[in-house]
Amino acid sequence: MSAAEEVVAEGHQAVEAVPKRAMTLGTGTSLVVLAALLIVPLLVKNFIIFQMTMLLIYGLAVLALNILTGGSGQFSLGQSAFYAVGAYTSAVLMEHANLNYALTIPISAVVCFGFGYLFGKPALRLSGVYLALATFALATAMPQLLKLNFLEHWTGGVQGLVVTKPDAPFGLPMSQDTWLYYFTLLVTVAIYIFAVNLLRSRSGRAFMAIRDNEIAASAMGVDVARYKTLAFGVSAAVTGIAGSLGAIAVQFVAPDSYTITLAISLFLGMVVGGVGWLPGSFVGAAFIIFVPNMAESISKGLSGAVFGVLLFLVIYLVPHGARQIAILGQQLVGKLRKN
Amino acid sequence: MELFTNQVLAGIATGAIYACMALAVVMIYQAIDHLNFAQGEMAMFATFISWQLMQWGVPYWGAFVITLAFAFVGGVAIERILFKPLAKAPVLTNVAGFIALFAIINSSAGLIWDFTIKQYPTPFGSSPFLGSQLISTHQAGMIGVTVLLLIALYFFFQYTRIGLAMRAAASVPESARLVGINTSWMIALGWGMASAIGAIAGMLIAPVVFLEPNMMGGVLIYGFAAAVLGGLTSPFGAVVGGFLMGIFENLAGTYIPGVGNELKLPIALALIISVLVVKPAGLFGRHIVKRV
Repeated sequence: MSAAEEVVAEGHQAVEAVPKRAMTLGTGTSLVVLAALLIVPLLVKNFIIFQMTMLLIYGLAVLALNILTGGSGQFSLGQSAFYAVGAYTSAVLMEHANLNYALTIPISAVVCFGFGYLFGKPALRLSGVYLALATFALATAMPQLLKLNFLEHWTGGVQGLVVTKPDAPFGLPMSQDTWLYYFTLLVTVAIYIFAVNLLRSRSGRAFMAIRDNEIAASAMGVDVARYKTLAFGVSAAVTGIAGSLGAIAVQFVAPDSYTITLAISLFLGMVVGGVGWLPGSFVGAAFIIFVPNMAESISKGLSGAVFGVLLFLVIYLVPHGARQIAILGQQLVGKLRKN
Repeated sequence: MELFTNQVLAGIATGAIYACMALAVVMIYQAIDHLNFAQGEMAMFATFISWQLMQWGVPYWGAFVITLAFAFVGGVAIERILFKPLAKAPVLTNVAGFIALFAIINSSAGLIWDFTIKQYPTPFGSSPFLGSQLISTHQAGMIGVTVLLLIALYFFFQYTRIGLAMRAAASVPESARLVGINTSWMIALGWGMASAIGAIAGMLIAPVVFLEPNMMGGVLIYGFAAAVLGGLTSPFGAVVGGFLMGIFENLAGTYIPGVGNELKLPIALALIISVLVVKPAGLFGRHIVKRV
C-alpha cells in the first residue's frame, strides 16, 4: 500500500472488445424495423406518438454515448451537458433570432462538436474513473452555468425558454406531433447510417484500436490524441442534435431539466442496450423512458426501489444488454435455417 | 490574513466529513476495483438504523456498536447476494448495479423513515472547541475519529495476516489464490469494512447535515472527488484529499467573486481536474504500469 509500489497490471479492459460486424443489425432486420417505425404512428394516439418521438431522441443521445464508450472506450457522465448545449442553442436561435427549427439543428451540431472537441483536449490525459469524474464535473456545472446572471437575457435564467412547436410544412394533413415524429425519424435514420459508416471507416477502426489497446494502437501509427478528441466531438455533436430535437418536442428548455440525472439515465440506457451495439441504444432508450413510469404505477412510495429491482433483474438476466438477446435470436434463426 | 486562517479552519472542519467518506470510498476501491455509487446510501441507511435504536432507548455508544456490526454484516450480505453473481459481468454493468442499489436503498429509507429532516445527537457536544468560533467540539471530535480510523487501518493492512491477504487479493488475485487466499471472501470482507467505515462517517456527519434519506448525496460527491484527488490507491491520500477539498471549497466561496453556494462544487471539481491533468494518478496514488 506504499506509494512507491509499482504494479504491472494485466491489460485491464474497461469496455469489452466488440467486433465491427457485431455492432449493427442486418439489412433485412433494419428494413423491417424502419417499416414498423413508419407505419405505427398512423395507427396510434398523439400521446403515444410523442413518446415514440422522445424514444428516438433519447435513442440518439444513447447512440452518441455508445460511439464514445463502445467505439473509442472513453467513458462520460457529462452527456447531459452536451444535450443542454444543443437544446439551448436551438431554443435561443428559434426564439431570439426567429430561425427555422430545422436550420437550428446543424448549427447546434457544429456548436456541440466544438464544445466536445475542446473538452476532449484536457480530458486526453484522463481515463477511467478520472475521466468519469471530469465529465461528471461538467454535468454538475452546466445547470449552474445556464443560470448565470449575464446570460439571463438569452437563456431566460432559472425560468428557461418556451419553444414554439412547428407545424407540418406544405400544408401536409398531419398533426404537429406526427410531423415532428417523422422529422425526428428522418434525422435519426440519417445519424444512424452516419454512425454505422463512421465505425466502419478508417476513423472507426482507429477508435476501436484505441479502445482495445491504446499503446498497441499508437504503435501501429494511430494518432491517439486526435482520434480521442474526435470521438468526443462527434459524440457531443450527436448528443447536441438530440438535445435540439428534445427542446423542440418538449417545447421548453430550463437549466434543471439537464442535470446529472439525465446523464445517468443515458448511461443506464447504454448498459441495458448493450455497450457497443448501436441498435441497442434505442432499446436502452425505451428502458429509461418506460421503466420508471412502470415502477411508479406498481408502487408510488417505492418507485425507486421497484426501478432498482427491475434494473437488477435486467443486468442479471442479460449482463451484456440487449445485444445478448439479439445474438441468441440470431443463433436461433441460424439453427432453424439449417433444419 | 485572519479571514484566510478562519476560512482554512472552517475548511478543515468540513473537510473531515469528506475525508471520512473518501476513506470508505478508497477502502472499497481497494477491495473490488470499482467506485461504489451506493456507498453513501448504505451509510445513510446505517445511520438511520442507529437513530432508530436511539429512539428505542439504546444509549449512543450502544447504538454505535450495534450499527457498526449491522453495517458490516449488511455490506458482506450485499456483496454475497447482489454482486457476487455479477463478478464476471462487464465493469459498466457493475456500475449500473450500483445505481440500482442506490435507488433501492434511497427509496426504502424514504418509505420506512419518510423524508422529513431529523435531529441527530453528537457524543462530543457542540460548544466551541478551545475557544475557537469556527470549530465546534463535534467537528474536532470528527477530525480525531477520522485520524484514529486512518491509523487503525494502516496497522490493519500493514501488520495483520488478514490485512496482508486482502492487499494480496486486491493487487494480484491469481497469485493470491495460488498461495491459498480465498479471494472471493476477501472481496466480501472489503465490502463489509467499507460499509462499516461508511456507517461511522454517516453517524459523524448526521449531526452537521441532519438526518434524511438524501443527506449523503452531496457528501458522497465530495468524498469521491477527495478520493480521486488523493489517489484512489492510497487511504492516506484520501484523507488528505478530503481536507484539501474542504479548504478548496471554502476558499473558492470566499475569494472568487460571484461564487454562490451552487457554484462551489463545480469550481472545486475544476480545481481537482487541473490537479489530475498534472498528476493523473492523484496526489498520493501509485502509478499503474500497464503490460502491453
